[in-house]
Amino acid sequence: MEVQVTVNGQSHSADCEPRTLLVHFIREQLGLTGTNIGCDTSSCGACTVHIDGESVKSCTMFAAQARGADITTIEGLAADDGTLHPMQQAFMECHGLQCGYCTPGMVMAATSLLSENPSPTETEVREGLEGNLCRCTGYHNIVKSVLAAAGGES
Amino acid sequence: MIPASFEYVEAASADAAIAALTEHGDEAKLLAGGHSLIPLMRFRLATPGVLVDIGRLDDLSYINDGGDHIAIGALTRHRALETSDMLAAEAPLLRHVASQVGDPQVRHRGTLGGSLAHGDPASDLPAALLAMGGSVVAKGPGGERVITADDFFTGFLETALGEDELLTEIRIPKAGGAGWSYQKFNRRAQDWAIVGAAVQLGANPGVALVNMGPAPMRAGGVEAAIASGSSAADAAAVAAAGTEPPVDLNGDEAYRAHLARVLVERGLIEAQT
Repeated sequence: MEVQVTVNGQSHSADCEPRTLLVHFIREQLGLTGTNIGCDTSSCGACTVHIDGESVKSCTMFAAQARGADITTIEGLAADDGTLHPMQQAFMECHGLQCGYCTPGMVMAATSLLSENPSPTETEVREGLEGNLCRCTGYHNIVKSVLAAAGGES
Repeated sequence: MIPASFEYVEAASADAAIAALTEHGDEAKLLAGGHSLIPLMRFRLATPGVLVDIGRLDDLSYINDGGDHIAIGALTRHRALETSDMLAAEAPLLRHVASQVGDPQVRHRGTLGGSLAHGDPASDLPAALLAMGGSVVAKGPGGERVITADDFFTGFLETALGEDELLTEIRIPKAGGAGWSYQKFNRRAQDWAIVGAAVQLGANPGVALVNMGPAPMRAGGVEAAIASGSSAADAAAVAAAGTEPPVDLNGDEAYRAHLARVLVERGLIEAQT
């Protein structure tokens, strides 16, 4: 079936089977490999992207369900000239990553969180990221990064 | 983990979805938010031949004041429930329980109707529906019928919905300021409840248990004890009576029975204060 989506402001159209998961569509059909596959069971959040501005686990959605949607992946956050998104900058400055595998999903979940709650408390950040696992257990600096991006403590 | 192949049908209306269900029979499954079904399909525990996608039926996404009850469209997402001012005023238990489902990403996609129709005894929202004395509207080729929560959950992942019926609306009696509580015990934030208890007091007290049997269930003994004026501790003592809790790595029957008693007591105390 034909699936048309807008990803990071660009319209894309590709043919795929109905059973194609959105994460596979993004990585394999569109070649955007910044979105990672982690647990494959809707638990870890490494595959988090935004659908119409809201965080979604792209391993738990068929590409068919996203037809016509406006999707943002980690590749779409930085400005065209390479200037990092404030959340990416905060992760860099606060060392919000260790191995980096969970980072794209963490950043996408965190930006969605701040769009719903621009000034979260530390507890709200921790609860807002409960759908994302960091197997390096680097949560302390991840939470610090999100608070820094929100303009709070750093 | 790739799901088995299936035929994809996008329903343009509720009636079109029902027609597709009628045509394909037990080969067909409805796809709403997909957050219960897609994981099962990825493990190939579910291999429907036809998926009828109702995810774009926006006219089934609403939270309306129905007079003595709140009417909620089956495709209303958990995120809409947990941020609803109307639910905060009229059905706060449901609003809170919705905020305890999965994680933010899951709540952005998952729907109330999908969660209820899945009929998982370990999920949160069926317990809220039971404790609040709610009902659902099922639409089929012959029209609509209303099914009470008590009649809706019939077994493990089984409900009273016919295979050609679509759940269209959920009706929750207004809580009228009744005290409420939801107690969910799990080890990791996003997990299913190992055991949970939903409590709503008021004129028709309801107490429902999560993951204490093959189907979502009420704790009838606790409700009777409250009605006869028992203390929270005495009422909670019978929380596990008549239950058949699952046994898994998280705990055996005795452990879950203990949890049920403790969580119901905490819930009753919180709901009373």
